[in-house]
Amino acid sequence: MKQVMEISAFLAFKEIWRNRGRFLLVALVIALITLLVLFIAALGEGLGNGNREYLSKLDAQLIAFQSKSDYLIGASRLDRDRLASIARVQGVADAGMLGASSANLILPGQEEPLKVALLGVEPGHAGEPPVVQGRQLGTKLSNEVIIDRNTALRSGLALGDTLEMRVTQGTRDEYYKLRVVGISGGQQYSLQPSIFVPFFTWDKVRPKSEAEINSSDPIANIILIKLDDPAQADVVRQRILSQVNNIEVATISETIQALPGYSAQQSTLNTQGGFTLFIGLLVIGGFFQIQILQKVAQIGVLKAIGTTNKVVAATFIIQIFMITVIGVLIGSLLTFLFSLTFPPTIPIVFNGTTSAIAIVALLLIGPLGGLVSIRYAVRIEPLKALGLSS
Amino acid sequence: MNAQTQPEFAIETRVVVKTYPSDFGDIQAVDGVSLQVRPGEFVALVGPSGSGKTTMLSILAALLKPTAGEIYLDGQNMHELSENDLVTLRREKIGFTFQANNLVPYLTAVENVELMLRLNDKLDKAGKLRARELLARLGLGERLNNLTGQLSGGQQQRVAIARALIHNPSLVLADEPTASLDTERAYQVVETFAGLIHEQQRAGIMVTHDLRMCEFVDRVLQMRDGKLVKEYTDKASIMKMVRGRAND
Ligand SMILES: Nc1ncnc2c1ncn2[C@@H]1O[C@H](COP(=O)(O)OP(=O)(O)O)[C@@H](O)[C@H]1O
Ligand SMILES: [Mg+2]
Repeated sequence: MKQVMEISAFLAFKEIWRNRGRFLLVALVIALITLLVLFIAALGEGLGNGNREYLSKLDAQLIAFQSKSDYLIGASRLDRDRLASIARVQGVADAGMLGASSANLILPGQEEPLKVALLGVEPGHAGEPPVVQGRQLGTKLSNEVIIDRNTALRSGLALGDTLEMRVTQGTRDEYYKLRVVGISGGQQYSLQPSIFVPFFTWDKVRPKSEAEINSSDPIANIILIKLDDPAQADVVRQRILSQVNNIEVATISETIQALPGYSAQQSTLNTQGGFTLFIGLLVIGGFFQIQILQKVAQIGVLKAIGTTNKVVAATFIIQIFMITVIGVLIGSLLTFLFSLTFPPTIPIVFNGTTSAIAIVALLLIGPLGGLVSIRYAVRIEPLKALGLSS
Repeated sequence: MNAQTQPEFAIETRVVVKTYPSDFGDIQAVDGVSLQVRPGEFVALVGPSGSGKTTMLSILAALLKPTAGEIYLDGQNMHELSENDLVTLRREKIGFTFQANNLVPYLTAVENVELMLRLNDKLDKAGKLRARELLARLGLGERLNNLTGQLSGGQQQRVAIARALIHNPSLVLADEPTASLDTERAYQVVETFAGLIHEQQRAGIMVTHDLRMCEFVDRVLQMRDGKLVKEYTDKASIMKMVRGRAND
């Protein structure tokens, strides 16, 4: 075995080194494919993140929706009576209302308003994001706002600034001013940067239809539920469903999957990534197959003088692996360099796990693509050396 | 005489037959060939195109199984060997030169020769030195580190000869070694080849359609339609045959 590896490595290295131009070219193609796959993965991560960031960072395990809303936040309407009932259920540590809508921030010196997600949360309860600067929201009805890092970056707003917001209520545009008391980490929602106001403030300043303007009862979209023991999610979920009427309960990940367009977008990007990998497979497979067709006589000679099939196969595997590794390394490096040039507003997020999966997949396509060629090489008859076949 | 311990012949075949099936009935490519070659003897296998030379050489090389008959290499019956054993046999006991594409193109001249030792796990300091000496004797002392593509056809054949001899095989097989060479180079190559085979006491068999090359061999076996039809065993009759043909 050691001798097989020694000879194979010797032949593999010599061939690559003496044909380094050609092999480098293939490595570069693999590098470009790597670049593409990693960027598609990062884009998927970035877009997915922009959709789910707020939800996936929640310190809550379950979400209550109005029944028949199909886990769609926008389709769900829940009032405060439900909040009280849910909070009473055994196993529920905390519950908070969440109202979701959007608003336009009027920024001094900028023509275009900044579209943001306007989220109403209950100060001190599940749903309010932790601030990294400043303080949490104060009273239930204060004109205070926490902005997320993305809003801060794009608007230039800082702690203590006053934010002006335009919303449409009925047929009129209304303007509201809120004071920035805290800045949270990234909390994008619906691919928008987010701002957070106390729930009752939210109910006052949110966009409303003509009918809603006159109703006095504040209505939230969903209720976020934090459990005493997250492992008991299923049990508590059943308990809530049996004790509270007209609701349905989803986990955070079920809610994320139901986000409008989320699954479709992720599967589109996954398909693109998969397809790119497949092209890589064809490129590598094609290259090595063409190579081997040109080398039939040469491999025949090697076998005639007593080279074993093991050595022939191992030589190929080493070469394919080396070229793939070099290509993926170059590609990863290129991706890293490119990523440095992107502004933070572009939804590209390099996630360690996703990138690792992509890189492993890329490393596998080489050997997979070369499989056919290896089989072919092993089957070449040494008689070819004499220009004969049996 | 004890054939088991001290075989008289390096290679011996007994009534070897090779039949290829074809649409027009079977083709007897080799039809009952018995031959023996002693160590230190250089034999030419000649005959018109299609007479079965390459097929016979392939059988001698353990690359092709005969339909019938027996082949003994150093007294060992090839028929008794497994596929893997035959690979080992070729690697250890046989040296090859082919008509074309002899050398591994991404290895230098000396690396090509050393490859034979490498495959046999015998590449040590002494082996490396011998490879260089052998190439130098073949007039390639200045070409050791040239890649195949930088060598002429004759030089490539000489590298192949070095590769065929470096691991001290019992049998050296050469398939049309002069096919791609001009006359002068062809003479040079075959003369050196013959010299080394005699000196190192190998059994050499060369397939050639160029009868002039028989000048350097000890015996000529002539094939026709798969059969051995004529044998020239002494220098005088060989030279007569060579001149006779050359004057045609
Ligand atoms: N693989 C094969 N299948 C069928 N017929 C073959 C095959 N190889 C050789 N032959 C036939 O066997 C005969 C001898 O061929 P060959 O050994 O190549 O002769 P030579 O080398 O003397 O020209 C020819 O008639 C040839 O057509
Ligand atoms: Mg022939």
